[in-house]
Amino acid sequence: MTLPPLPNTPIARTQFTAVASSPAATLIGTAPAEARTMLRVRGFSSWYGSFQALKSLDLEIPAQHVTAFIGPSGCGKSTFLRWINRMNDSIPSARAEGTLELNGKDVLSKTVDVVELRRNVGMVFQKPNPFPKSIYDNVAFGPRLHSHYRRAELDELVEQSLRQAAIWNEVKDRLHASALSLSGGQQQRLCIARAIAVGPDVLLMDEPCSALDPKSTLAIEELIATLADRYTIMIVTHNMQQAARVSDQTAFFFEGRLIEVGETEALFTKPKNKQTEDYVTGRFG
Amino acid sequence: MSTPRSASQRVLSNRVFLWLCLCAINIAVVVLAVLLISIVWQGWGTLSWQFLGNFASRKPSEAGIAASLWGSVWVCTICGVVALPLGIGTAVFLEEFAKKSRFTRIVQTNIMNLAGVPSIVYGILGLTAFARMFGVLGTNADDALSWGDSESLWYVRLPFGSSVLAGGLTLMLVILPVVIISTQEALRSVPGSLRAGAMALGATRWQTVWGITLPAAIPGIMTGAILSMSRAIGESAPLLVLGGILLVFNTPQNLMSDFAILPLQIYNWAGRPQPAFHEIAASAIMVQLVVLLAFNGVAVLIRQKLQKPLQ
Repeated sequence: MTLPPLPNTPIARTQFTAVASSPAATLIGTAPAEARTMLRVRGFSSWYGSFQALKSLDLEIPAQHVTAFIGPSGCGKSTFLRWINRMNDSIPSARAEGTLELNGKDVLSKTVDVVELRRNVGMVFQKPNPFPKSIYDNVAFGPRLHSHYRRAELDELVEQSLRQAAIWNEVKDRLHASALSLSGGQQQRLCIARAIAVGPDVLLMDEPCSALDPKSTLAIEELIATLADRYTIMIVTHNMQQAARVSDQTAFFFEGRLIEVGETEALFTKPKNKQTEDYVTGRFG
Repeated sequence: MSTPRSASQRVLSNRVFLWLCLCAINIAVVVLAVLLISIVWQGWGTLSWQFLGNFASRKPSEAGIAASLWGSVWVCTICGVVALPLGIGTAVFLEEFAKKSRFTRIVQTNIMNLAGVPSIVYGILGLTAFARMFGVLGTNADDALSWGDSESLWYVRLPFGSSVLAGGLTLMLVILPVVIISTQEALRSVPGSLRAGAMALGATRWQTVWGITLPAAIPGIMTGAILSMSRAIGESAPLLVLGGILLVFNTPQNLMSDFAILPLQIYNWAGRPQPAFHEIAASAIMVQLVVLLAFNGVAVLIRQKLQKPLQ
């Protein structure tokens, strides 16, 4: 079934939302290079104390496409993801330099309203982390943070979010049961619904399937494919098959550097760089 | 090379450990049972409504606990009403808001130390700070400032003197470190992934604390509250310093009333030579246990009420 668009939330959303979507962005399935750029990264470096986690990245993330970040553990891909919605703010020793622009706005600026940024950039974590509340309250938590809703509006928003996350049919009869009673895969889709409910443009996914069984993984991957029509998705994954299956563009990180970035098929079949080739063919990592 | 452990040896050690655990729990249960049975045995006969309604007397048959029962209730209520918000607030600040700095480390260490200070020391502090107010506002007999009629519920004077308010605040000092530490432990046990989840949705720190962290920590916080309230109810030393009044012939009327408390009343009666006083002491212990259970019951109710959305 086709879904009606989410209602515009009452808060004025100016800071990070696109002023008007460019024609290119509406052409789903075009090559990444033709799409509007959602995230622009130039000379971006970051540190934890004196340890440099990311070294001068240059990268562009197209809107409404899926970009996968691959690389061995500790290569900095999760760190990079956590800078995009400033989750690294909670780590006192973390700092960054360079340009990180979302929709043309500097994410790293001190004047950035982090609350507004995170409204626009949803995040799904490695381990499903539903709140110890009902399924309904999990999804309603985000919207309630940002504005007051009438009951009926909120009901509709919750239903739409759950439908988009392809979990509505499984939970519609027990919306007020504890979210912790769901299976791991359902919990992760609930977390995706929770992230969608605040109306973001970007979804960050940090190894969203690494704690799930193959069947749940498949469900999430199918979901990612459908969500890519509306959202700009960045997914960190250790699973190269997964990157190949879900993403339009893949970026390979190694030891804090961005080694290669390109269309997924090209990167996996004809990698330009030796290290990329070694990694994607399983020779290391 | 590792030597294999025989199955029978492991079964044996498992059984021995089980027996040790059973012994431990049995000893605890038996001691408690003996205590309760002997108290009920001694005190049941003298427990009556009259006993609850009478004031202190030289004659054991006419003596009652009206003053000390209500004194305990007033003092502990004041203690809980002040200590819980203050302690939980402090813990939330230290755990969720304060940046880890030299200052917070010093505060933290001091709270840990305060939890180990003997309660009599708090009694002296309470006497100086609350009852006498460092002597700058006159003496108890000749108070410097007062508001309202001394018979009314809203009567307040400075200094507080040996009043229920001074007593409650002194007990508050005693349990505050425990409340803070147990609340901190409860907050620490909330997984960081829940905080991260809320922050990632754009919650402010306060929204995260109020919406996610505190509700998830409530069971632990209330358990700490129950334990510290139990301690407050049984505490006698600090209040002994404060006034140690026993001959009070009315129940508290306002925050400035004199008061007796159950533990001191029990101590006083149990120390007398006549067996009849030992019997009413046992009755008073029974009442004290009921009061304790009542306070804990309220805490359990609050816990269940606040936990409802989690189930």
